Amino acid sequence: MRNNFHSNAVVHSKKHSFRTAANRRVDRRTATHGELIRITQWLGSGAGRYLLVILAGIEAFTRPLFAPLKRILRKWAAWHLQVIFSSIGKLAETPLTTLMTASVIGIALALPAGLYVLLENAQEISHGWEDTAQISLFLKIDKTDDDARAIARTLRKHPVLERVDVITRSQALAEYQQLSGFQTLFNALDVENPLPSVLVLYPAPAYTNLIAVQQIVEELKKRDDVEIAQFDLQWLKRLYTMMELIQRVILGLAVLLALGVLLIIGNTIRLGIQNRREEIEITKLFGATNAFIRRPFLYTGLWYGLLGGVIAWFLVSVFFGLLHGPLNRLAALYYTDFPPIFPGIDTLFILLCAGGVLGLVGSWVAVGWQLGAIEPS
Amino acid sequence: MISFYHVTKRYPQGFDALKNVTFEIPRGDMIFLTGHSGAGKSTLLRLIAVIERSTHGKIMIDGEDVNKISRGRIPYFRRKIGFVFQSPRLLMDQSVFDNVALPLVIAGYSRRDITRRVRAALDKVSLLRKESAYPITLSGGEQQRVGIARSVVSKPTILVADEPTGNLDPKLSREIMLLFRQFNQFGVTVLIATHDITLIRQMRSRVLTLQNGSLVFSNTTDFSSTVDNGQ
Ligand SMILES: Nc1ncnc2c1ncn2[C@@H]1O[C@H](COP(=O)(O)OP(=O)(O)OP(=O)(O)O)[C@@H](O)[C@H]1O
Ligand SMILES: [Mg+2]
Repeated sequence: MRNNFHSNAVVHSKKHSFRTAANRRVDRRTATHGELIRITQWLGSGAGRYLLVILAGIEAFTRPLFAPLKRILRKWAAWHLQVIFSSIGKLAETPLTTLMTASVIGIALALPAGLYVLLENAQEISHGWEDTAQISLFLKIDKTDDDARAIARTLRKHPVLERVDVITRSQALAEYQQLSGFQTLFNALDVENPLPSVLVLYPAPAYTNLIAVQQIVEELKKRDDVEIAQFDLQWLKRLYTMMELIQRVILGLAVLLALGVLLIIGNTIRLGIQNRREEIEITKLFGATNAFIRRPFLYTGLWYGLLGGVIAWFLVSVFFGLLHGPLNRLAALYYTDFPPIFPGIDTLFILLCAGGVLGLVGSWVAVGWQLGAIEPS
Repeated sequence: MISFYHVTKRYPQGFDALKNVTFEIPRGDMIFLTGHSGAGKSTLLRLIAVIERSTHGKIMIDGEDVNKISRGRIPYFRRKIGFVFQSPRLLMDQSVFDNVALPLVIAGYSRRDITRRVRAALDKVSLLRKESAYPITLSGGEQQRVGIARSVVSKPTILVADEPTGNLDPKLSREIMLLFRQFNQFGVTVLIATHDITLIRQMRSRVLTLQNGSLVFSNTTDFSSTVDNGQ
């Protein structure tokens, strides 16, 4: 029912937005046209001419300032391009070593990333379960079925509640008898129906998040015709708390592994510096600044980090690819199905950023630490 | 161009490698620095390159007080000086061209300028045809010439060489000295440390002689006798 309504609403709103978008486009076209005319008119006027003169003056004044700046920028870019290509070339010369180092980084990054993606998906799925949230309202035993219906009527006016079902005392008894098989026992004992009326409340979709539901329950508990207001999704709340805990654990793990990546990259760069000690001494003798010497190592660290990020993404993708089959079979047993989990482009982006930053920081620390000690002799 | 005033260099171990050395080399001169092994020749050159700092005294190079140069300024200061070492100290994993180009790359020249200048420098040491070879494939003399090309490619105002002919045969040594003379004639101030007396005699240049860290002789004209004295 609800789903149906939903999709209707979506279709409707889509149509609506399409129409308004089309309207707006036409409006904008006329608007820009009008503005254009207004601007040309204004430029022809005195104030506009003044502005043009001032702009031309600024241009003439800044040109001699910007020309050298442009030249410096171009030179700077050429330097960096040269270093970028040569550092990539150096790494490509020893593909196996490069790949192995990058893989270690990749694995270290993949572990927290994979766990995080898993957690995120679990969170998403469990949020879906919130839709099934329902509140059982056990009325006081002295409330009759009519009372129950009356209460239901007032509750239905509450905007928070989408639907209120009434289980009358006799219905409850019948259900109980049917479920328990004690049908004849009650008849034989001829006791009075011991079951209260129950109202089952379904919160409106907008209010299905846990906190809102909790609030509703608290409110209902205060009513004096209510014996117990029971919220059936307590376990979900526990799950959320657990997830928060797991999130912390993953965060801690990520920090530790990031430290590991820093050490790996730092050590790799340190070895590279030691291997090129003689070269560094010579370049220093011929007037190389520390920045010049640092640059290729920083780029090398950056490449390691980025490559590690790509490898991590690949590993996580493969992992979830393998997980998909069994997960779906499991889901089938619960009569649901999981959407395929796939670390998206955003995960790749985050992994690249993390790898790049760690690579830069690791090599920066390694170079800074080593460079001062290397002086020509 | 290069002036030492009462310069003393004491190594951390407490050894005085240079003692109260004073001299002056005018711009455009070509000077030989000689003396026995351990006399302090390399130490003197290291002071000029700010590889070491003097313990006492004042060193002025191209109008700059070397003792007052900040760490950040050192790289730019060194770009005024070209170095030649006893062993050529080439980068073995880079071609001859790239080796010679190093000072220009450091100084940030454009690709076009680099190519032009490197070719010119290699041409001067007659190694243009070897520009894409790797140093391993060159003879000792050729490697030394590559080192010299590298030291002059950025047109430094001062050229400093520490025993550039240390392990070359006499004929090659002479050729290399003539090369230095050529650069000197282009206006470069040249300072060469060597204990090759015959070579100094042939070159007819001014000589500074060190003995146990002290300057015992500085002469311009009559070198045959002084060099013998320095022995
Ligand atoms: N880094 C150093 N630490 C301590 N003592 C040093 C150092 N470098 C050189 N010395 C000492 O200083 C003295 C002068 O050394 P230097 O290298 O200047 O001699 P040199 O004239 O170049 O000798 P050679 O002709 O053998 O190269 C030597 O006695 C040497 O032991
Ligand atoms: Mg020496």
